[in-house]
Amino acid sequence: MSRTDMSIFKYSSPAMFFPLAGKLLPWFSALAVLFGAIGLYLGLFVAPEDFQQGEVYRIIFIHVPAAWMAMFIYLVMAMYGVMALTLNTRLSAMMMEALAPTGAIFTALALWTGALWGRPTWGTYWAWDARMTSTLILLFLYVGYIALINAIEDKKRADKAGALLVIVGSVNVPIIYFSVKWWNTLHQGLSVSATAPSKMASIMLWAMLTMAIACWMYAIAISLVRVRAIICERERDRILGQERIRRREPAPGSAVASL
Amino acid sequence: MNWAEFFSMDGRGFYVWGSFGAFAIAIVVEIIFVRLRAGRAQAAIEDALLADKARGRMQ
Repeated sequence: MSRTDMSIFKYSSPAMFFPLAGKLLPWFSALAVLFGAIGLYLGLFVAPEDFQQGEVYRIIFIHVPAAWMAMFIYLVMAMYGVMALTLNTRLSAMMMEALAPTGAIFTALALWTGALWGRPTWGTYWAWDARMTSTLILLFLYVGYIALINAIEDKKRADKAGALLVIVGSVNVPIIYFSVKWWNTLHQGLSVSATAPSKMASIMLWAMLTMAIACWMYAIAISLVRVRAIICERERDRILGQERIRRREPAPGSAVASL
Repeated sequence: MNWAEFFSMDGRGFYVWGSFGAFAIAIVVEIIFVRLRAGRAQAAIEDALLADKARGRMQ
């Protein structure tokens, strides 16, 4: 393997990734705060009242980004799951563990904000509609993954079982996304799509996209902190061992080294 | 627009602020818990290295 090939895999080692995560963290935190501030300003002060829904529509500025992140984080976890199972990289499993609680929180927030929007708009907090039910299943998948990896003592087995659960569960994500097309749901159809022009006023769309970027940056920042904690917890003996060896190593040029 | 009008959100303040409030609380609580966890995990390693040093001095 050439040197360039090695450098690609350099950061798949937890010990190498730890300082990199520390360096990236302030940037993603700053971007999350910046985009969050701009998004809230646009969403709460600049965007006009909706002519049909009135002021309550402003919930979408957090509801939609939360729902997008809920699905996106799960897909990223599934991708790490495939890497964990095929390449057997320890960091992939740690990244899954780091992302899961944030994904679960975004899913819970998507359900909570959706319920609070649904009550004044549809007249009900909850309906067993395809999109809401499949999002609830997504929350159970996140919670199930967290419970599963914590229930198995052997970390290697826990990682494998968790990765398998997440990969199999990823079939639910397209079901959530396309549910409003496939079934006649109470939840409204797609307002924003990559293939069709947006059905929203442009300032509302910009506010929502800015908030989505803020949530994305936040998810990266908080996962970096969490993965650093996980690296310390799980690689403790390895880190301590390396540090002890390093401390015992004689300085180059010393009598012991030249032997 | 005055602030009272802003917070009342057309009489739908409960729903709007119930959503934004829950969002803010969730993020603040997550940040606190994750930072505590990271602090504890790093402290455990530092403590072990300090204990090494102390043992080294005793020998």
